[in-house]
Amino acid sequence: MDTDSTLDELDQAIVRATQAGLPLAPRPYHDVAELVGAGPEEVMQRMQRMLERGVIRRIGAVPDHYAVGYIANGMSVWDVDDAVVDDLGEKIAHSGLVSHCYLRRRHPPLWPYNLFAMVHGRNRAEVEDKVRKIAQVLGAASNAHEVLYSSRILKKTGLRLS
Amino acid sequence: MPALDDLDRRILNRLQRGFPVSERPYLEMAQELGIGEEELIARLRSMLAEGTLTRFGPLYQAERLGGAYTLAAMQVREDQYDRIARIVNAYPEVAHNYRREHALNMWFVVAAASPATVSRVLFEIERDCGHPVFEFRKLREYFVALDLPL
Repeated sequence: MDTDSTLDELDQAIVRATQAGLPLAPRPYHDVAELVGAGPEEVMQRMQRMLERGVIRRIGAVPDHYAVGYIANGMSVWDVDDAVVDDLGEKIAHSGLVSHCYLRRRHPPLWPYNLFAMVHGRNRAEVEDKVRKIAQVLGAASNAHEVLYSSRILKKTGLRLS
Repeated sequence: MPALDDLDRRILNRLQRGFPVSERPYLEMAQELGIGEEELIARLRSMLAEGTLTRFGPLYQAERLGGAYTLAAMQVREDQYDRIARIVNAYPEVAHNYRREHALNMWFVVAAASPATVSRVLFEIERDCGHPVFEFRKLREYFVALDLPL
């Protein structure tokens, strides 16, 4: 991914026009084009380019975990050897067991964990089962782990940045 | 909880993986799923309306838009929990806030237009709440292809 190229005004207009969602109409990119005052080909090219550059992660559907019955959610956190954490983080991300997987800074001694993997299940037993599978993938590279279950959503709004 | 039928599930599984950039993307996906374009659009519309889908469209990576966000946590005493939650939630930059079962029992995401604003908000929350805020800055993200097989 190139990081030096920035988004120009038209890219930013496309972001603003689509960050709440893609129009639910047969030619959605044509509708976006009309909103931003550009041609549909231009809009499609730019969105394709933003996908290739990683500005857009993907275009698609984001289900609400709770609404589809995945009411248990555990943030599993792991103290993984730094030398191998990237390889293992990629493996966990592709395992089908987690919805998010991040390397984050530690706060020793209170917080020795560097790998955060979000696990969802229909109940806690399902979450625990997935956590066991993650533990198997990490093996001896993981020195310790915990699962922090969420017991209440205090606030949830979308990220809106421009 | 809205009941999902087989077709809803197939739509969700397919559309979590991606959606084309083309003139008639709904038509392409509908053909792949063996349904009509109008039915696909209608299903998506109703799944959005009833909250099965939180969104449908491009997922932007905040940092690449020039924005910044971070995860932070606090250890809050039980008798102060609701008061502190109100203070934290009052910040528009706080996008999510979850209670979790751990000594660090309040976990929130701060999102803003710049890293400097994120830092300022964390500082202000720490000051207003009188509790240390632990910031868990993201060092790397490992990309997940399909987050929720249904």
